[in-house]
Amino acid sequence: MQKVDIAVVDYGMGNLRSVSKAVEHVASGKSVVVTSDPDLIQSAERVVFPGQGAMPDCMRELDARNLHEVIIDSAKNKPFFGICIGMQLLFDHSEEGDTAGLGLLKGDVKHFASDQMFDEKGNKLKVPHIGWNQVYQLQLHPLWVGVADATRFYHVHSYYVAPQDNTVTAGVTEYPSRFTSAIAHDNIFATQFHVEKSAQAGLQLLSNFVNWKP
Amino acid sequence: MGLAKRIIPCLDVTDGRVVKGVNFLELRDAGDPVEIAKRYDDQGADELTFLDITASSDNRDLIFHIIEAVACQVFIPLTVGGGVREVEDVRRLLNAGADKVSINTTAVLNPKMVQDATARFGSQCIVVAIDAKKVDNQPFEWEVFTHGGRNPTGLDAVKWAEYMVSLGAGELLVTSMDRDGTKIGFNNQLNRAISNAVDVPLIASGGVGNLQHLVDGIILGGADAVLAASIFHYGEYTVEQAKEYMQQQGIEVRL
Repeated sequence: MQKVDIAVVDYGMGNLRSVSKAVEHVASGKSVVVTSDPDLIQSAERVVFPGQGAMPDCMRELDARNLHEVIIDSAKNKPFFGICIGMQLLFDHSEEGDTAGLGLLKGDVKHFASDQMFDEKGNKLKVPHIGWNQVYQLQLHPLWVGVADATRFYHVHSYYVAPQDNTVTAGVTEYPSRFTSAIAHDNIFATQFHVEKSAQAGLQLLSNFVNWKP
Repeated sequence: MGLAKRIIPCLDVTDGRVVKGVNFLELRDAGDPVEIAKRYDDQGADELTFLDITASSDNRDLIFHIIEAVACQVFIPLTVGGGVREVEDVRRLLNAGADKVSINTTAVLNPKMVQDATARFGSQCIVVAIDAKKVDNQPFEWEVFTHGGRNPTGLDAVKWAEYMVSLGAGELLVTSMDRDGTKIGFNNQLNRAISNAVDVPLIASGGVGNLQHLVDGIILGGADAVLAASIFHYGEYTVEQAKEYMQQQGIEVRL
């Protein structure tokens, strides 16, 4: 049966082409497939789990493609990179549509509190949070190698994760309060921001992931 | 420190080439889209917007090839607009490598399409483009126009913006038709009125002639991002020079 180096999970949600192009760009010589085949994902050495749109739709589409189990298994056993909703889905629960997540990590996914969205000068902060914001690294991690602290990454989201165990937080972003924008736990690394759209810094993170031996 | 204001070079594409018009007319050739996209990426552009203004249906598929080619080499957000009529068009553009799709005329003809597209792909990838012009024959100040600025709609641009956000639009691209190609600056009153009325980010477009106009768009117009074409296409300024100037004026940018 076919074996692949890197599987990008396709469950019908999001900019898969952008993600696979960025992974291919940093993974020369490795096979990268975009797939919704559970067996192929099972066979992959590493898994990238993207996601865009609304979390209830994402969970529904995952279940419709019988991907629930293989995602949990991959996230427990091999280098695993979650992006955006692909990070949010790892948690217990989301306020978005009161949705149960995959429950790999303890914590909730919350909406930006609309009554607190002002900067220090009192200007209204827009939601969704769209654009290049600084990510402050809270722990040393092989995936941060070559990425300066406070580097800007491209964010697009209205919800953020609030982990119960704050030792999983690998990076935070301020908007206007600090929220967890990167997590690291065993073989899992995940980002709220879009590494595939964050120019050189994002490619560096992805390149580190492709070579990561957790 | 926090979220940076964005600079978005805009590439008007027709028949596979980048062009720039004056007041929606008189097109001039400005170059190869992939080369131009790479150049702006190297200069530090925060995103790129492609507007497909191809008139003939024969060449409409060219935009997919262009986006595919750009998406292999440029790893910043790509927005594509122009001629997006159905949810299926959105899907094809996203599959070609676009991250966001901008909807203009179709939003007016069939607002439900905006709702369907955001429900299917998420608000984050649906930008509603609004072409507005100052009018004196209506009970409001700025009217929405469609079909590249040819057709008046009778719609109040500010109310229309609110409605589009209520249907799920994740961003608004507001072009002042009175200013487009004129180089006299954005219509900051129009932008401020819309920015104050909605919660989602506003991208200001139409009329940039110098770097102070970009600053004014953000400070006076309340824009979250500024879009410009001709000042970059003809090498008057680089994106980097624009960002350095904005930073000197106290605006947070990604350098």
